[in-house]
Amino acid sequence: MSALAYCLVAWLFLIGIYGVVTSRNLIHLVVCLSVAQSATDILLLEIGYRSGGHAPVFVSLPARPGPAVDAVMQALALTDVVVGAAVTGLLLALVVQLHKRAGTLDPDALRATRD
Amino acid sequence: MSEAVIAVAMAWVAVSGTAVVLTRDPLRQAFVAGFFGLGLAFLYLSLQAADVALSQIVVGAIALPLIVLLSLAKVRKDRE
Amino acid sequence: MSRRARLAFFAVAAAALAMTLGAGLAGLPSFGGQVTAYARMLNRLAPPQRHVTDVVSAISFDYRGIDTLFEEFILLGAVAGISVLLRPLSDEARVLPEDKAPDRAIPPPSPAVWLLAVILSSLLVLAGIETVTHGQLTPGGGFQGGVILASASYVAYLGTNYVTVERFQPAPLLEASDGVGASGYVFIGLLGLLAGASFLSNVVGLGVTGNLISGGTIPLLNLVVGVEVAGGFAILASEFLDQTVVIRTRRR
Repeated sequence: MSALAYCLVAWLFLIGIYGVVTSRNLIHLVVCLSVAQSATDILLLEIGYRSGGHAPVFVSLPARPGPAVDAVMQALALTDVVVGAAVTGLLLALVVQLHKRAGTLDPDALRATRD
Repeated sequence: MSEAVIAVAMAWVAVSGTAVVLTRDPLRQAFVAGFFGLGLAFLYLSLQAADVALSQIVVGAIALPLIVLLSLAKVRKDRE
Repeated sequence: MSRRARLAFFAVAAAALAMTLGAGLAGLPSFGGQVTAYARMLNRLAPPQRHVTDVVSAISFDYRGIDTLFEEFILLGAVAGISVLLRPLSDEARVLPEDKAPDRAIPPPSPAVWLLAVILSSLLVLAGIETVTHGQLTPGGGFQGGVILASASYVAYLGTNYVTVERFQPAPLLEASDGVGASGYVFIGLLGLLAGASFLSNVVGLGVTGNLISGGTIPLLNLVVGVEVAGGFAILASEFLDQTVVIRTRRR
């Protein structure tokens, strides 16, 4: 179970970076980057998981609730998800303006400077 | 039981994450990314992270597909 | 460098990264083991100390409130960056959508779709307000509730048209709410300084656990963050919508 859990994180990160490197379309590239970012959220929550634990909400619990999972990791991952979406929006705004100027969405066809 | 649920969620996330990267057309990729976001929310729920799953559902099902599709629409309109 | 050279370089670098990740991840404690002492302490101490039942909200807005302040300002900066990037450039103009054939009008969406959009966006506003205000009791809070509130305008756009949505969310209102939310967090933090404790201390009365008004400054901070995130995501969508629907290159 540990091996599967942590291999998932490494696999998602590597496949996201692979998508960024081999992409032929800038919008495809931005979505692959968000896949790589979600790998870090999963790692945070996996570190904080406790077998047999319940969510750190202490209302309407059963008679013998058992331990709770790590709430600090959830606080870190929570803002990460929302702010990650806003930063993805910023990247897509860059892509839209770039397409207007360069006329193409292919990273290989973009030149460094324009005279 | 909960370990099995977590394993299923992880398999879902791994397969759909690979599919997101291997789908080269951005319009089709937006749909697969929605499926990947749903898998992520399911994984977060099975890891007992309720707040994070709620964030992922609203962001991955609402905000992210909207801005990706609007960018695609803008790019397509510019190409005409 | 050429594409082939870049892929070869990536293959070598990815192999090195995979080995490093493997070595690092193998050293982590086993999945599902004991959580850290800080987390166990907070799970035991947060409900009696702050009179909340959702410990994640207490950590986000009280014990680690300064981190949430920085995250909120990252969101503000990203939205400001999008507004700057997607402004009308010098060779563009804002043209409201109109049919190219002037003798026909654009057919409006069917009344059933319009009604469904109105009902659904009202329900989303209610759900968003409920999520924001109950952040200290159940999973929820400012960030999630703010995005739900912003999605009400998305649904309204999908079922009606651009002009209707723009009428109900004027740009000054969205920008004002974004700014009020961000600065409101700082002002509530300054309340702590005024009361003689440190910045972002929980100095308002704590209330009874389980009530809606409990946790001191935590529901106040939830409200401000909800306002800011809702305004931010609404601005984000309206900027992209403007680009798609309204902004046109001026033909020379």
